[in-house]
Amino acid sequence: MIGHSSLYIMDIALLGMGLYAIIAKRHVIKKIIGVAIVEYAINLFLILIGYRMDGIAPIQAEGMTSAEFAKMAVDPLPQALVLTSIVIGLGTLALMASQAIKLYEKYKTFDMSEINRLRG
Amino acid sequence: MNHILPLIVAIPLGMAVVTLLLSKAAKRIADFTAFLTTAVCLVLSFVLLGTTKTAYWMGGWYPPFGITLVFDGLTAMLLLIINSVGFLATVYSLSYMEKYTAKPKYYALFLLMVAGMNGVVLTGDLFNMFVFLEIASIASYALVGFGVEHEELEASFKYLILGTVASTMMLLGVGLTYAMTGTVNMADASRMLMSMPATRTMAFAAGAFIMGFSLKSGLVPFHAWLPDAHPSAPAPISAMLSGVLIKALGVYAMARVIFDVLGAQPIYLNIMITLGAISMVVGGFLAIGQWDFKRMLAYSSISQIGYVVIALGLGTHLGFIAGLFHMFNHSSFKSLLFLSSGSIEHSTGTKNLRRLGGLGTKLPVTSSSTAVGALSISGIPPFNGFFSKMLIILACVQAQRWVLAALAAGVSVITLVYFLKAMRYSIFGELPKAQEKIKEVPFPMAFSLITLSVICLGIGIAFLVSPTFGDAILKPAADVLMDGLKNNASSYISTVLGG
Amino acid sequence: MNFKEMTRSDTLGMTVVVKTIARLVMSFILLFGLYIVLYGHLTPGGGFAGGVIIAIGYVLLVLAFGGKVALNKLSNFWASMWDNLGALSFVCITFLGLTGGYFATNFVAHGTPGELLSAGTIPLSNIAIGIKVGASLYAILIGLSIYGRIVTEED
Repeated sequence: MIGHSSLYIMDIALLGMGLYAIIAKRHVIKKIIGVAIVEYAINLFLILIGYRMDGIAPIQAEGMTSAEFAKMAVDPLPQALVLTSIVIGLGTLALMASQAIKLYEKYKTFDMSEINRLRG
Repeated sequence: MNHILPLIVAIPLGMAVVTLLLSKAAKRIADFTAFLTTAVCLVLSFVLLGTTKTAYWMGGWYPPFGITLVFDGLTAMLLLIINSVGFLATVYSLSYMEKYTAKPKYYALFLLMVAGMNGVVLTGDLFNMFVFLEIASIASYALVGFGVEHEELEASFKYLILGTVASTMMLLGVGLTYAMTGTVNMADASRMLMSMPATRTMAFAAGAFIMGFSLKSGLVPFHAWLPDAHPSAPAPISAMLSGVLIKALGVYAMARVIFDVLGAQPIYLNIMITLGAISMVVGGFLAIGQWDFKRMLAYSSISQIGYVVIALGLGTHLGFIAGLFHMFNHSSFKSLLFLSSGSIEHSTGTKNLRRLGGLGTKLPVTSSSTAVGALSISGIPPFNGFFSKMLIILACVQAQRWVLAALAAGVSVITLVYFLKAMRYSIFGELPKAQEKIKEVPFPMAFSLITLSVICLGIGIAFLVSPTFGDAILKPAADVLMDGLKNNASSYISTVLGG
Repeated sequence: MNFKEMTRSDTLGMTVVVKTIARLVMSFILLFGLYIVLYGHLTPGGGFAGGVIIAIGYVLLVLAFGGKVALNKLSNFWASMWDNLGALSFVCITFLGLTGGYFATNFVAHGTPGELLSAGTIPLSNIAIGIKVGASLYAILIGLSIYGRIVTEED
């Protein structure tokens, strides 16, 4: 079975892929996709912190005592944090997409190395 | 329980929505509601100046289960800075923003930015700080690209991508702190972290936090968005960005997390000093060769924030007072300079120094406020910049870091050089033929310029004459940082958890 | 023309099959979104997830029939009006919490846990957030797809 620590390693690899897409790709839309990948990697990291292998969802069923529930459930606090973070990511993504449309309208290209009027 | 604390965050948030709602009826209402809201926030922050340290439990939930709002000396000083610059920028934009369309949306975004910044300085919970930081940042991304021309869009896009990566790094730090301690409340995490030995996870979290906050405050090598974003924004937004946002979201957050939560190890302070020294020198040298007035002011901001971070990183009592005083002064003279560059652009239509000249004869208010701002930032007595820079150099000498003191004095001379160049090309010299018919700026813009000039001169003279300013505002703020450094933040923890 | 003629017509939007199914399914999507919003304190979901589903119902109308028909049903003005009203009611709920002592307290009577009418202000906040998110996501998608057209291909 996949152990807990290898999940963390795969998540950090996802973060690295997102950072690579932001830095190395020149197309504007690919940079936006890179930012989205970085955000989702961090959300996954927060959920993995509260995860317990073979645990149940944090809903207390009928007839379960509090002690059993605390021993078997995954942590619900990071899930609440991640919900907020997903909404923030949605707002940022909408702003980036509308700016990409306007950039194409003004500069007639999606290549970031040609959008360089501000320098010095 | 002091109920003003949540009101100073919730009132701008609610009035942003009300502004959009009411402006569907008549456009002029947006001006009135924005002016009223920022005036109310300014009055509330003055009222809060006299109160002692308190904590407020939102929703009645005791810490560490709920979100707490914490008010101490550092918060009082920053609330004063944020709300006064916000009020003066609103008054300025009553007449400056007439040439842009969609003025009600501008005011809504502006009020959201002020609400976000008030929330960042007031909150006592790490994840809540992330949420308010994102509110203020997203509002500023939209405001930088407000006039949708070529350069504004490019600057806003670059700022967006870099800023989102920085916020994500901060969230990584929050996650690691939660993994180590099991709570996101700052005081509770501080109590647990101070009693643990230093592990590699703590160093990783500190590195993530420092990287995120250094990008928000514009330290080298994370400064690449600043020289593009600050000139392209409309002038009151440049004043807010450079005068308040990089301090409330960058320097304050870094100081709060490093001194109160993570326990200031000497390695973190050395990192702060190194980043600050590099920014000071690089910002100063890059500003000399600029011919665009606002871009030169942006590089100068990088340099001055380097001064503040060096002084905070020294770790002595005089260092804290010097750094906080320079932060206060920088917000006043940098906003004054950005607002007067906006007036120059409003009257003459250009901000290129090669095409300006001889404004001293035609525009008395604008040129005198530019002169006051330039003299303050270069450190000429009796303006306030002289006292804060002198205190920083004295603090470096007292901590026996001779190289830093020499660098600070040298960069101060460089600052004088490029501001003298700016004044010579804009105020003195002869008027170009195309600008014979320029007029003075309208009353709301002139009101903000004159008020900020009076503040610059007044703070300098008040500091010289009597110690009340220092005792009332600077000393409680410096005590908070000192408490975090020496006493393991016991005073902060007892304010939140013990009371 | 009414919806039946619009479905039969060949030139408007997508094919007849797609338009018929979209008309039928849209009301079920809106009902499902409302269920997730209202039961947000008992099952997973809540305000944000339910709001996204409500917005998707209207976006289905855009995809099947075209932008002009969707704007007739829910215009730009009313989308931003519902957006502002949702946010304003959320802020009012937190201000009214001051009557319970602190800001943002849960001041309505809590019922028994597990019932629909319980947990004080949480269902009210969920409804406000659901309306706000639904209206603003719809406005964002309309703004990006219809108003954000690149100037060279105007029709």
